[in-house]
Amino acid sequence: MFWQLFYTYLKIGTFTLGGGYAMLPLIQREVVDRKHWIDEEEFLNMIALAQAAPGLIAVNSAIFIGWRVGGWRGVCGAVLGAVLPSFFIILMIAMVFRDWKEQPAVEAIFKGIRPAVVALIAAPLFKLAKNAKISWITALIPITAALLIWLLHVNPVWIILATIIITPCSIWLYSHRSSR
Amino acid sequence: MFYLALFTSFFKIGLFGFGGGLAIFSLIQMEVETNGWMGQQEFVDIMAVSQVTPGPIGINCATYVGYTVGGIWGSVLATLAIVLPSLIIMLSICKAYFRLSKRFKGNPYFEQTLRMLRFAVIGLIASAALLLIKPTNFIDSTSWIIFSVVAFLTVLPNFVKKKEGNKLSTFNFQLSTLLSHPILLIVLAGLAGYLIYG
Repeated sequence: MFWQLFYTYLKIGTFTLGGGYAMLPLIQREVVDRKHWIDEEEFLNMIALAQAAPGLIAVNSAIFIGWRVGGWRGVCGAVLGAVLPSFFIILMIAMVFRDWKEQPAVEAIFKGIRPAVVALIAAPLFKLAKNAKISWITALIPITAALLIWLLHVNPVWIILATIIITPCSIWLYSHRSSR
Repeated sequence: MFYLALFTSFFKIGLFGFGGGLAIFSLIQMEVETNGWMGQQEFVDIMAVSQVTPGPIGINCATYVGYTVGGIWGSVLATLAIVLPSLIIMLSICKAYFRLSKRFKGNPYFEQTLRMLRFAVIGLIASAALLLIKPTNFIDSTSWIIFSVVAFLTVLPNFVKKKEGNKLSTFNFQLSTLLSHPILLIVLAGLAGYLIYG
C-alpha cells in the first residue's frame, strides 16, 4: 500500500501545475474513479475536512486518503509522494536561479512578473468573497483583518487565533442571553 | 539557534495557515519580514516561481524560502516544519472521523467558526496583496498596465455567462477560462517584461 499511494501521489504531484486545488480533480480521478479506494461522498467529506484543517490542502488530503486506505504506511506513502516532487523540483530551480538572478534578461522578465503576481493574489478575492456569500456587515471582518495586517503589521496568526476564540464565545454569549 | 527559529516559523505557518496556498503566502510573508530573511522583492520572485512550479504552492514556497535562508538543510527543515502540524491535526481528525462527522455536522459553534475563518482568510489574502503594492514591484506605469490586464483577465470568467447550446457563448467561456490561468498569465507577464525592459 505504501508504494501504491506513494506512486499515485508522486504522479499527481509531479504533473499538476497550480497548487493544491488543481490537484483535487486529479486525486478524485485516481482514488475514486480508477482505484475505488474511497467513494465519492467520502471524497467530498475529505475535501471539506482538508479545507477546514490548518495546513496545505494537498498535504491534508494525502493524510486523509493515506490513512483511510493504508493506515500509517499509507499516510507516509501519500505524504512523501505529495511533497517530494515539489521539494526536489523547486530546490533545483532555487539552486539554478541563484546564479541566473543577476542576468539582465532574467531581471527584465521579473520586472514584468512582479505586478502580475500582485494581481494574481488580489483578483481571486472577488470570487472568494462571492463564494463565501459575504454581506456588507460580514465584509467588515476581512477589511479589518487586512487593515490590521497591512497598516499595523499585526501577524496574521493573531487574526486566525482571534477568529477561532471570538466566534464560539460570541455564539455562546448570544444564545445564553436570548434564552434568558 | 537559527535553524530553531526557521523551524518554529514554518511550524507556526503550518499550524495557522487556513485556506490553502494563497492565504499561506501572507503568513510566510510576515515571517520573512519580521525575521529579516530577505528583501521583499526577492520574496515576490519566490511567490512567482512557487506558482508556476508543479505541486502544492505552500511546499514550493517553504522549500524555496528555506533554501534561500538556510541552504539545503534550511529547505528540508522548512518543508518538514510546514507539514508537521498538518500531520498531527489531520491524523487526529482522521482517527475520530466517524464520531466527529456526526457530532460536528450542523454544530453551530463549529460551522460558524469555519465561516468566520473563511472571511478572515479573505482579509489575509487582501493584506498580502496590499503589502506588495510598493515601488520595488511597481517600477513605472507599465507595471500598473500589467497589473490591470492580469487582474481583468483573472476576474473575467466570473462575468462571461455560459449558455447551453450556444456555441459562441461556450467558446467565449472556454476562452476566458483559459486566459485566466495563473501560469499562463505569469508566463505572458514575463514575456512582456522581457520585451519592454530587456
